Amino acid sequence: MSTKDLKFTEKHEWASVNGNIATFGITDYAQHQFGDIVFIELPAMGKSFSKGAACANIESVKAVADMYAPVSGEVTEINSSLENAPEQINKEPYGAGWVCKVKMAAAAELDSLMDESAYENYVKSVEEK
Amino acid sequence: MINFILSEFFIKKMEGALKKTKFNEAHYVLKGKMIEFCGWDLPVQYSGVSAEHVAVRTSGGIFDVSHMGEIFFRGPQALDAVQYLTSNDAAKLFPGKVQYSGLMTEKGCFVDDLLVHKISDTEYFIVVNAANLEKDYAWMKSKTTQFDVEVINESADYAQVAIQGPKAGKLLAEFTKTDLAAMSYYTFTKGEVMGMDAIIARTGYTGEYGFEVYIKDDAQKASKLFLELCQKGEKYGIVPVGLGARDSLRLECCMALYGNDIDDSHTILEANLAWILKLQKGDFIGKNVLLKQKETGIQRKLVGFEMIGRGIARHGYPVYVDGQQFETICSGTMTPFLKKAVGMTYLPIGKTEPGSEFQVKIREELVTAKVVATPFYKFDQKSI
Repeated sequence: MSTKDLKFTEKHEWASVNGNIATFGITDYAQHQFGDIVFIELPAMGKSFSKGAACANIESVKAVADMYAPVSGEVTEINSSLENAPEQINKEPYGAGWVCKVKMAAAAELDSLMDESAYENYVKSVEEK
Repeated sequence: MINFILSEFFIKKMEGALKKTKFNEAHYVLKGKMIEFCGWDLPVQYSGVSAEHVAVRTSGGIFDVSHMGEIFFRGPQALDAVQYLTSNDAAKLFPGKVQYSGLMTEKGCFVDDLLVHKISDTEYFIVVNAANLEKDYAWMKSKTTQFDVEVINESADYAQVAIQGPKAGKLLAEFTKTDLAAMSYYTFTKGEVMGMDAIIARTGYTGEYGFEVYIKDDAQKASKLFLELCQKGEKYGIVPVGLGARDSLRLECCMALYGNDIDDSHTILEANLAWILKLQKGDFIGKNVLLKQKETGIQRKLVGFEMIGRGIARHGYPVYVDGQQFETICSGTMTPFLKKAVGMTYLPIGKTEPGSEFQVKIREELVTAKVVATPFYKFDQKSI
């Protein structure tokens, strides 16, 4: 999947938009930093999150992390296949490793997210620190 | 994302510059992911925790464990001093024999756990946890003033590399003339490794066949050794391993970690370590309390468990027994080799039998776990 139309957060989530539905996942940089993902707790169907709220929980052997919602919305679909194969996030963070889809509550929030080149620069600045 | 918590054990704030082990340069050459651990600059991983863990179970791994402390007891009453401080019976040791033991508080709990190596009747070499080195050394010195013994902290002189896994012997044999195959578990010998004087011990913290090698040479030679071990280990599938997999490996075989599973508030009997408690030997610190506790019985015990519900129990998560909170999880993870969410925790007596169920509060939910027999993983002699 092409990453050029994705929107990115400073906490290393991505969102792709199709109409009023946004798909969420974590970035390649995030999965790489985090290491082998061994467990995921997906959000419940129908649950609403506001932008920046923890919507999924991801664990590696030695680490636990929250995935924060890039924009506000209500969960319409979850990637249940990750429950038995969370390593898909490591393998294809922008494809088979997507986490959930939400019906956006405020599409204007997308404007506050970074585009691909801004995110790439952001990662570089994080790396240099 | 990436607000991640490594086990809190990994996050210890130290003022000033980090200490470097003699292998430090090698970690940078190998592109290890460096973290601060007990004031040391050490790798948490190289290729990845899971891959490193599985490599140790199937072929082998090379670990920098130089942060561990080395304390020597020298003098005519060296044995008396060791006996007075520790729970196991050091009189049973012969030169070249190693013993796992507990450094006991007056209450029969742990100041630390340690390895006692007998060099001779008048010299013992003790290896302690990095996090406890200063505390242990001060304790050992202050509690042995009545004995004719010198207690000396020589930690700064030593680098320690562990080579662990079924093929560890094959790799180390390329570096030494010492007959490794002849060494039985928990013995050690003086020898040469890549031309350096070394103490070679058949010990480890992974539940695998393997060795721990102590050298005193400088950082340049030490780093060269580490890198050559990695290079020559490649053909066996042996890889460098960081602190992350060191922790998951020891947990999979249920070896206790000070600060998680054992500490200064649970006794050695409660920690299910009666096998290193020898109450019939002479006087030692904590003996009276432990004699009494053995008579009256313990009220709680450290057990191994497996999650039944979905979730991974982690250090510090609250434990619930019959709806009441009972302490917190000591250690827990999803183990990369068995691929099971397991851990260790204290439970009240009556609830410690295999099959007994309890709950762990994972974030906001109570998830069921059950007590299982330990260790979770047992090494197969035939794998060597």
